[in-house]
Formats: sequence, C-alpha cells, structure tokens
Amino acid sequence: MTNGREVSRQGIELAVQQDVGIGQPDSDAAPGHAAALGPGGTVGRTATASPPIRLVGVSKAYRRGAQVVPVLTSVNLTVAPGEFLALMGPSGSGKSTLLNLIAGIDRVDAGSIFVGETDITTLDEADLARWRSRSVGFIFQFYNLIPVLNALENVELPLLLTPLSGRERRERARTALSMVGLSDRMDHYPGQLSGGQQQRTAIARALVGDPDILVADEPTGDLDRVSAGEILDLMDGLNRTMGKTIIMVTHDPRAAERAGRLQLLEKGELADAHP
Amino acid sequence: MLTLRFVLRNLARHPLRNALTVLGIAISIMAFGLLRTTVEAWYAGVSASAANRLITRNAISLVFPLPIAYAGKIRAVEGVTHLSWGNWFGAYYVDEKNFFANFTVDMRSYLDLYPEFVIPADQKAALLRDRKGMAVGAKLARRFGWKLGDTVPLKGTIYPGDWNLVVRAIYNGRYPNTDETQAFFHWEYLNERMKVERPARADHVGFYMIGVDRAENAARVAADTDARFRNSLAETLTETEQAFQMGFISMSEAIIVAIRLVSGIVIVIIMAVAANTMAMSARERMGEFATLKALGFGGGYIALLVTGEALALSLLGGLAGCALSVPVTGVISQVLGDYFPVFLLSGETLVLQGGAAALVGLVAGVVPALRARQVRIADVLGR
Repeated sequence: MTNGREVSRQGIELAVQQDVGIGQPDSDAAPGHAAALGPGGTVGRTATASPPIRLVGVSKAYRRGAQVVPVLTSVNLTVAPGEFLALMGPSGSGKSTLLNLIAGIDRVDAGSIFVGETDITTLDEADLARWRSRSVGFIFQFYNLIPVLNALENVELPLLLTPLSGRERRERARTALSMVGLSDRMDHYPGQLSGGQQQRTAIARALVGDPDILVADEPTGDLDRVSAGEILDLMDGLNRTMGKTIIMVTHDPRAAERAGRLQLLEKGELADAHP
Repeated sequence: MLTLRFVLRNLARHPLRNALTVLGIAISIMAFGLLRTTVEAWYAGVSASAANRLITRNAISLVFPLPIAYAGKIRAVEGVTHLSWGNWFGAYYVDEKNFFANFTVDMRSYLDLYPEFVIPADQKAALLRDRKGMAVGAKLARRFGWKLGDTVPLKGTIYPGDWNLVVRAIYNGRYPNTDETQAFFHWEYLNERMKVERPARADHVGFYMIGVDRAENAARVAADTDARFRNSLAETLTETEQAFQMGFISMSEAIIVAIRLVSGIVIVIIMAVAANTMAMSARERMGEFATLKALGFGGGYIALLVTGEALALSLLGGLAGCALSVPVTGVISQVLGDYFPVFLLSGETLVLQGGAAALVGLVAGVVPALRARQVRIADVLGR
C-alpha cells in the first residue's frame, strides 16, 4: 500500500525529473498551483495522508519570577489533514506559543496534543526530537539558516538524522532546492542569497525530510512584498499539490488570505474561526 | 563529512578572534614543550647513563678523594669488567666566564668504558701517546674554535696553576644525548705534577668508574665494593651512574619543580583563554543550536559540534606549537649550548604537547558544550 509520505516523495522526484518547481516566480505555471509536480498534478492529492492534529484543553503559562503569566487557556483546536491554517492575533495573544506547542518545541502545562494517534505531550525529549525530525518542517521568520553552510548543505543538514547515505542525502537536498527554484544557487551561502532566496532555502530544508506538517512563524515577516508573494505561492503549492498540512502564524492579512482557514487568537483563547 | 565541514567552517566565522586564539595556543604549547625540554636537558646526564656502570666516591662527600691504591681491590670484585678513575678538574680557559666541564681520567680505560665518546683511531692513538694530550667534545671545540694540535692554556682552580694542554682528539657523541661539551685529559699528567707541586694530593682520585658484566649485578658489585673499604680511612659509596647523576640534579630540584609548575600554569592559562573563546562563540550561536534542536538534533550532537570546534581550534594551535618548537629548540640549543649540552625536543615531549593541546580543547569546550546542549528551543527562538 502506498502511503502519503511515499506519494509526496514521488512528487519530489517527479518535480526534479521534469525540472520544474512549485510556485516558482519564474515558472510559467500560475502561482499557487501545482507547477506540474506530476502527470496531471495527481500527486498533489495526498491531503488525506497527513495525520489530523487535535489540541484538547491546552494551557500554557510563563513564569517571570513569582509572577505567572497565562498565555494559552484551555485551547481546543483541530487541524484537518492537508489543511492550510493561518493563526492571527495581536502581539502576545499566544499564537507563536501555540505554534511551538504544536511543533513540539515547547511543553504544555495542561492538555493534550494529538498528531494522528500520538499524544506528543507524553513523549520524552528524545522521542519528541525524533518525532519532530520525521513529522515537522520549520519555516522561521528570519530563516535560521546556518551561515557557514551553503544552500545545499543547509538543506542536507536535517537528513543527517536519517539513515540515508551521503550521496542520497545530497540528491534529496538538490531535489528539494530544485523544487523551490534554487537549483542555480546550491553553492551559495546564506549571506550570498536574498531574503526571498534564503526563505526558499529554509522551505527546502523544511521539505527535504518529507514531513507531514509544516509550521511557519511569520514566514513573510522579513520579506518585501514581491518576495513575500513568492514564498506564499510556494507554500500554497506545497499545500495544494503535496498535501502538506501547514500552520502559519502571521500578522499579514495578505498572507492569511492564502490560507484555507484563518484562526484568530485573543488573550490566549481562540476567537471565532473563519473558513 | 557534513558535520566535520560544519565544525571546521565554524572556525572561520571569526577569523581574527580564532586566529589569535590559535596563536595563543601555539605559543603556549611551544612554551610547554620548551620548558619540558629544559627539564629533560637537566636530566640529560641521567638519561645518558648506562645501567652497567657504577661510580665509586668517598662516602663522606665527593669533595674528598680516594686513594689510587683502591683500584686493585675494586678490580678484584667479582663482576667488575672495567675500571677507570678520574678527577673533576674545574679549570677555565683564559677567562672565568669560559667555564666548561673538564676532567682528568685514566684515558685508556676511560675510553674503553665510555664508548659513546667516538674518536677517530688516529686521534685516539695521538691522544694516548701524548701525556699532555686532551680530548674535547665537538661542540666545545666549535665554541672556542679549537683545532687538533692547538695548545690550550687552562687556568686551574682546584689544581692551581697553568695547564697547557694539546688538543689531540675531538670526539663526537654516539647518541643524540651524549654530551659534546666536555674535555678530559690524562690523570697521569695531573698526578705527576701533584707529586712535584703538592705531594699530599698525589695518588688520589675523585671517583672510580666501574663497568660490571651485567646490569643486574650492579647492586651486588656496589655492595661488595663498599664492603671492601668499610672501616677504612676513606670509606666508599658506590652507586649506579644514574643515581650518581641524580644526586647532582636533586641539588637543583626546586628549580625543576618551579619549571614544571610554570609549564602547568601555561597550559591552565591557555585553557582559560580557549574556554573564553569557545564560550563567546557558543553564546553567539544559541539561535543556531536551538534551530538544530528544532530540526530534531539532540543535545549530544550540539555538544559534539561545540566540543569538536574547541578541539579543532586547540589541535590547530597544538600542531602549530609543535611545528614552532622544532626550530626554536634548535636555536636555543645553539644559544644556550654552554648551559645545556643536550637540548633536544624528544618524541615524548611532542606527544605530550599534542596531548596538552587536546586536553585544552576538551576542557575549553566542555562548559560551552553543556550550555549549548541544554538550550531550550522556545526560549531562544521566541514565543
């Protein structure tokens, strides 16, 4: 039986074979659509393969000395497989904290977070790290690339956690970079890339391990309008054609418009959801 | 390979800071090596000692002589294969500052007992023929520009007067640690003059040098030798050549301890400098470490990166330090040859230098590595 991970990996390979990318600004394909990831774009129909994400009564508070500052209060949220969810809210509303908890880089004070059948709040640090490496791709506002590694090496880096050989790792990294339209920038170091190119590299890094979930914290926050549009096209393409579940924190209404669902947070609680 | 590239490229992040740290480590490792070589130079006499040679001296002190008549009795001790004798002569050349080690010895037996002094056959024959002949080490000959046939006027101190000796042989050391800064001439010549000038001092020697058949017999031969002269006017103390040499070194033990202490302090100081560099480097990169953790890397991998970087930095410095030590030791050997006849960078010292560099790296990296390992992703990447 072919699972979603295998299907989307086939998509990566096909994309390279056809030397096209997803939502490339220089591509003839319409932004936000599968730029011929596979024959007839069939590969993109993998949305049901990703596991659903379910938050049940999630609470989180931070301590500043003796003071306890509640950030999230009994949050219940479900993210459907293959959904593109935008989290918006004023500063301090807890959206980044919520994203961190879903991504498994922070711990809840109360509640559970189910990703598929796994309650990630019960995993110890080592298991949680393993889960992250397999299941989550990170896209940060400031890219967080390693400056001493070139684009190819940055993308190859997470694959060190897999049993792949060096040759296989590099091949996958090249594939991922080609998908984001950076096949001619593989030897460039982050400092030699524009902001948009750096974010594309970061997306390739997030994508290379073929995770089910992509979490993006203000992915366009550091980019000009054109570059931001390109990044959103790319993310849209990943969601539509590869069925990646994307959860994005943003302040930018234009970015939020690209998501399939918008969820507002206010003072640590979910406000009315918007389709 | 990617991890190795990652570690090595991290060294290039702050070229000036890291280059200065590498330079500091290199100089410290070199200083450590030179100080160790100095201590080894102190022990050169000990390390050059043969296990099957004994020295017999007056039991009260080396200052007091022994009668030449003891020679026959010592020769009769079972296990003795060679016997020679000599005196510390203590003369200087022209000026007191031109001091060097000089002895009188029973030449023929001495050269048999000390084959490490290599003399060409014709020079040896000339030396044995000439009662005023003198053998000088190659380094000593170079120092004063002496050539074969030169008459060297020495000013006696222990044996006052002018001693005009003729350079008949220039010896080279058989081994790298053989002292080539000594001179020795015929005890017979000294004794002849003593008989005339100071009869009370004639027919006495400063020490006997005994060759034994097997090294394992050395202790018994020493005991038997001393037993022969027990309750005599000049009791003897016989010990291995190594123990005899150690006796001189123990007089300056405090200096040696101080040198060893300083060499240890040098390493501790550079450890602190390297640790500071690594702490700064790790602190600046907490965001990267948090990113790596977010990607799924464990704390162990991050600790490995930091420790690997510290180790690479210090080994680079260590390598440079070892490389610098070789020519610098050569220069010191030339400049301080009068004080340190044997000043050689040993293989053991090079290994210790490498070990010290590795230790510096590991110790310098441990605290930053632990801090980097424990970085909390959410704290660093924001909420």
